[in-house]
Amino acid sequence: MSEFKVNKTIEEINEKIKNREAVIVNAEEMIDIVNKKGIIEAAKSVDVVTTGTFGIMCSSGALINFGHTKPKIKAAKVWLNDVEAYGAVAAVDAYIGASAVKRNDPLNAVHPGRFEYGGGHVIEDLISGKKIHLVAQGYGTDCYPSKEIEMDITVNDLKEATLLNPRNAYQNYSVAINTTDKTIYTYMGVLKPHMANATYSSAGQLSPLMNDPFYLTVGIGSRIFLAGGEGYVIYHGTQHNPNEERNKRGVPKTGAGALAVIGDMKQMSEKYIKGASILGYGVSLSVGIGVPIPILNEEMAFFTSVKDEEIDAYIFDYGYDYPRKIDNNYGLTNYKQLREGFITVGAKKIPTTPLSSYFMAVKIAEELKKRISEGKFYLTKPSASLPLSKDYKPMKYPKNYL
Amino acid sequence: MISKKIILRFPKENSNKPFTSTLSRQYNLTFNIMSAEIFPRQEGRLIIELSGDDRDFEQGIDYLKENGVSIQFIEESITIDYNKCYHCGFCLPVCPTNALLIEDRNTMKVELHKEECIACGYCVKVCPVKAIELSEFA
Repeated sequence: MSEFKVNKTIEEINEKIKNREAVIVNAEEMIDIVNKKGIIEAAKSVDVVTTGTFGIMCSSGALINFGHTKPKIKAAKVWLNDVEAYGAVAAVDAYIGASAVKRNDPLNAVHPGRFEYGGGHVIEDLISGKKIHLVAQGYGTDCYPSKEIEMDITVNDLKEATLLNPRNAYQNYSVAINTTDKTIYTYMGVLKPHMANATYSSAGQLSPLMNDPFYLTVGIGSRIFLAGGEGYVIYHGTQHNPNEERNKRGVPKTGAGALAVIGDMKQMSEKYIKGASILGYGVSLSVGIGVPIPILNEEMAFFTSVKDEEIDAYIFDYGYDYPRKIDNNYGLTNYKQLREGFITVGAKKIPTTPLSSYFMAVKIAEELKKRISEGKFYLTKPSASLPLSKDYKPMKYPKNYL
Repeated sequence: MISKKIILRFPKENSNKPFTSTLSRQYNLTFNIMSAEIFPRQEGRLIIELSGDDRDFEQGIDYLKENGVSIQFIEESITIDYNKCYHCGFCLPVCPTNALLIEDRNTMKVELHKEECIACGYCVKVCPVKAIELSEFA
């Protein structure tokens, strides 16, 4: 006997998608629907809630296979547009990390460094179809005699071009301030001295794992929107920690969950993925991800109706505490305040600015909605769960609101 | 009444003339200096907001041009390429005049108010996707 009054399956939802009968809304629209109808009626009427996020996700990279050359090479070292890729994966496989910097980059020799070009840019250039200069070196073997090759390639020349990101779509994230008396240049942007500004990096109510806080529908094998193409969740993201402190809606107050994702770069579009140069910090990649959440029961209707004011985030000092790994925080705020533009720390009112694009998160959720509505995108049932939270019990969290 | 932010460049041979003072006394214009620099080869660059009656403004600008001062209106020199910009917000904290800002808190779109820009160039350095350009500005 189920704990829920509404019970749907992924197969039933896919059947509705096939017959163009499925009701799909984005996570912003779901807030109003649940507000008006309640969770049970909302669960009956809505089948899928689409989410989206588009921000810098450093733990990203691309696995490429450039095919065998004549004569063959066992590439030990590989460079793409002068950015080194990891070559010690079979003969003509290489993995280029989003954070790899270009050869002879001045880095932070003149601080803050500009980091004009790197792995993230190579990935964007590949996806947009640009020519990439490939250099590979090997030591020569009987079966792979060549010691150096050089050639121009595009994504279409590659046997495989796979985006393979070990940690994306962090469930929630820190809010950053700087309590020191110097401007600092971080992956959380420019932070001015004496807490003159704060930055945050999440799409809040639209972000994928905010809408499935206990990973009840998103798991290994979930099909997702990845940078314009179809991708999959392949594992929990590195550093995935389901047992972080949660609020009474079940939403964690900091990082917590994360996703490892994979997808075919040949399907992707540079509109949804961008190489990033972070002043004084390094090179990275902005990745657009959308996750469809099936509304299997009223509990999922409840979770997907979460709104910005119900999502908390801890404030951390990136000037002193963070680099020293000092376990300290400056209190909690929520995404309503962050989005409106001010938070308060002690008696100080601090202006806030985002780093993750809410504007593009909406576009991604809408694009995914469109694809599902047109029968071009179907949901998958995960083959295994991500590591789950000890806090979860069916209907425990909705009960606080009934 | 007109008010514009302008980058003025003075050649070495003219860098000792009292241009701004003349603008004020002969052309009735008011100015607010935002940045003044003299480079190693003694050419000067002044960023000012110049205000006054339309006619005075025009004549003042002509006077500068006649004296070999190169003039660049800031609002004509800063651009955002919205094919590159994805509205992340990295540029916002470094903009000293809120020329870059999010006005609409629903869409969270990053917008540029060119008339507020003082051509400091911080946003150009900070933008992670190099979407902001400030022409001829070094």
